[in-house]
Amino acid sequence: MAYSFPEEVLEHVFSFIHTDKDRNAISVVCKSWYEVERWSRRRIFIGNCYAVSPGIVIRRFPELRSVALKGKPHFADFNLVPEGWGGNVYPWIAAMAMAYPMLEELRLKRMVVTDESLELISRSFKNFKVLVLSSCEGFSTDGLAAIAANCRNLRELDLRESEVDDFSGHWLTHFPDSCTSLVSLNISCLASEVSFSALERLVGRCPSLRTLRLNRAVPLDRLPNLLRRAPQLVELGTGAYSAEHRPEVFSSLAGAFANCKELKSLSGFWDVVPDYLPAVYPACSGITSLNLSYATIQSPDLIKLVTQCQNLQRLWVLDYIEDGGLDALAASCKDLQELRVFPSEPYDMEGNVALTEQGLVSVSEGCPKLHSVLYFCRQMTNAALVSIAKNRPNMTRFRLCIIEPRTRDYQTLEPLDVGFGAIVEHCKELQRLSLSGLLTDRVFEYIGTHAKKLEMLSVAFAGDGDLGLHHVLSGCESLRKLEIRDCPFGDKALLANAAKLETMRSLWMSSCSVSFGACKLLGQKMPRLNVEVMDEGGRPDSRPESCSVEKLYIYRSVAGPRSDMPRFVWTMKTLS
Amino acid sequence: MSPPLLGVEEEGQSNASLVASSGSMDCLSQSGSGLKERNYLGLSDCSSVDSSTITSLSKENKNNLNLKATELRLGLPGSQSPERDPDLALLKSGKLDEKLLFPLLPSKDGICASSQKTVVSGNKRGFSDTMNGFPEMKSSGYTEGNWIFHASGSESESPQSVGQGKFPSNSTINVMLSSRSSGAQPAAVNKEVPPKASQERPRATNGSSHNQITTNNNSSAPAAKAQVVGWPPIRSFRKNTLATTSKNNDELDGKLGPGALFIKVSMDGAPYLRKVDLRTYSTYQELSSALEKMFSCFTIGQCGSHGTPGREMLSESKLRDLLHGSEYVLTYEDKDGDWMLVGDVPWELFINSCKRLKIMKSSDAIGLGMCGFD
Repeated sequence: MAYSFPEEVLEHVFSFIHTDKDRNAISVVCKSWYEVERWSRRRIFIGNCYAVSPGIVIRRFPELRSVALKGKPHFADFNLVPEGWGGNVYPWIAAMAMAYPMLEELRLKRMVVTDESLELISRSFKNFKVLVLSSCEGFSTDGLAAIAANCRNLRELDLRESEVDDFSGHWLTHFPDSCTSLVSLNISCLASEVSFSALERLVGRCPSLRTLRLNRAVPLDRLPNLLRRAPQLVELGTGAYSAEHRPEVFSSLAGAFANCKELKSLSGFWDVVPDYLPAVYPACSGITSLNLSYATIQSPDLIKLVTQCQNLQRLWVLDYIEDGGLDALAASCKDLQELRVFPSEPYDMEGNVALTEQGLVSVSEGCPKLHSVLYFCRQMTNAALVSIAKNRPNMTRFRLCIIEPRTRDYQTLEPLDVGFGAIVEHCKELQRLSLSGLLTDRVFEYIGTHAKKLEMLSVAFAGDGDLGLHHVLSGCESLRKLEIRDCPFGDKALLANAAKLETMRSLWMSSCSVSFGACKLLGQKMPRLNVEVMDEGGRPDSRPESCSVEKLYIYRSVAGPRSDMPRFVWTMKTLS
Repeated sequence: MSPPLLGVEEEGQSNASLVASSGSMDCLSQSGSGLKERNYLGLSDCSSVDSSTITSLSKENKNNLNLKATELRLGLPGSQSPERDPDLALLKSGKLDEKLLFPLLPSKDGICASSQKTVVSGNKRGFSDTMNGFPEMKSSGYTEGNWIFHASGSESESPQSVGQGKFPSNSTINVMLSSRSSGAQPAAVNKEVPPKASQERPRATNGSSHNQITTNNNSSAPAAKAQVVGWPPIRSFRKNTLATTSKNNDELDGKLGPGALFIKVSMDGAPYLRKVDLRTYSTYQELSSALEKMFSCFTIGQCGSHGTPGREMLSESKLRDLLHGSEYVLTYEDKDGDWMLVGDVPWELFINSCKRLKIMKSSDAIGLGMCGFD
């Protein structure tokens, strides 16, 4: 005790410690460090909004300025979570409005945000600066108008991929003339036309604007004016990238792009007319991030564009790029770190493009820094996966989606166990993995044995029985999130590894073979888990306990069962 | 018993109706009405499947199910007869689960006791399957599909080598009995009743009796394409964007664009919204049938029909009568925010301008004019 630092010193030292992990670590050193830390924490990330309650957070951290919350499970992105499930942010806003008048930043993902919530935010936090709504829903442009009108110091308004009830673009005019603080504006998910003159004026009076992601409704001929008002832009998302070919529009556009010397990231490119693509060439050498995943242009045009971007680090593109385009990418973009290839026609039985496993192999060979992959394709071989694994032992995120479930290695007709096994064996730092293709329990054996740093695993249409799940739960030491659909995993593995579930953020299982009885048992015995059964067919207890549940979502929580469940969700009660 | 309510958002999969209408059926009430299919081979499936899998079956699949109802299916070679007595199953289930909850000392007894439950599918998918909702039909844990068993030495070995004593013979039994490529061929089945339609792979929607065999073998392409819910895993935003993009492009080529176009469908009095993919339909009739099936569970409650296996068939036609008897009308909100009756404009124009659908009581829809589709 005689040697302990005064609190002010501790506080000063702690002010240099920023990451959640480090902050959490120092908070458990001793009681006084816990106290100093909790009073000095300004930023918090809550990966599951139901893992804790607003009251608990506020009690522990009285001085937060920045809150990040995630709501629905990841599979909600693919329509597997019915509407009304939950994730409503309003209780959080209401509690924080009282407790954190100085709140500056709110970052929400997969949450239901109503206009009421947005209005409350805009009125409650005088110094509110950052609002990021990622894949959220439940609000309209009325709520946005409230934010625009009332948040005097707004710096970031980012609506990425949210579902907005878009009544009109009029809300943008609610930004007062005195608003000059915008740094980032992302309205790419909106459908309506915003008032272009209001937009131009807004862009023109915000000298710090770095990020501007327009929506599709902004026509190409409006872009040069916007760019001229913001030559300092670092990240740009175009609107529709098409117009009749008119030389004056083209040269205006090219000139505007040439003038933006800071540009590093490009996106948008809806409805691309290839003739206009050369307008961006002047900016290409500085581009590190390129999102062409809505650009329905063919491989030759894609190649021309991409090969100009020698410093490219991230590329999102449609499968129109084909193997040839990926070869060109591998040859030109040696700094590439992340590649995402999306399917242009995901519901087609046969492929429409010449994109195969070979493209991915090429990139893995040619790009030494490649560590993050999301790849949709229609065929794969174990040999290709083994090559990729050996080429890129630095892989950290590997998500492969072979479009047809249970597809075999098309050369050997074997399952793809060996291929994915090679991935986990060679890529020792792998944090995230998504599987596809025909897979037996063996792949899970490999994963359990080798994937020691794996934090998130997504599984669909795979495995033979409980053993697969058991391998993963017992072997993957770093596992935090596990999501499974349509696999024959049942009670045994789940119950045998019940304790593991408390070390994870969440487990999702849908269309599997977990019985209602097992869910009940788990709920009874594990007080720190919320075991939620989702069944739209009616009460699960109206059927024998041996019947399987439709969907199961298990997550650890210190807040106990939630109280906002819809009629089709049941929490299994803990017996005291 | 009132029918279960569904809140699932689907791409218009009519299978939702299967689940819905089966509400009153539960595993225990298998009194044979003449419509129940018996398990002639002495095999039945106690594997489990989630109704969500069911709901992922396509509309076509549902139609095919009715055909299949009368076909005899091959049972899985080597599969045992599962318990017929649900009480016994429950007992075993409880016993099993308790012992496995604390993994440090896996109970052999518990595990072995469950082995009898690990049976796998016979795959008789019966008439009753098509009639009943999946949820009732489920049994616990040991999944299996009605697939041809591909003997795989590796399967039996792996449990031994890796199990480390935690998963002894039971797993082996489980694995050996399970179909090779079962993956998740969910078969939600009541022990007393043959497996369900859900066992069919969604993709194998042709009504042929080779269905189960072909689905086992992934190299065979299904004749008709069915969309599995949430697969491939692409966000709605991207799906809808691509749909509009390709539509724009294809307008030049003159062909109908692919991609999905999800819109919300609500019904007066129903607690849940659904989502349908308008691109899976090409006529008003198809849309209307799909919606009828999707929302039949709500109106069935109002019809007050109960209990018999044939109920669903009856009530579908009853629902059709309801809809056509103008108790309900189908309306949509167009791009301008106006509510219109469905059916007035050509189909293409409709899907381009429809933002959401609503099934309204006719009495509420009077102001919209009476030129609905009939």
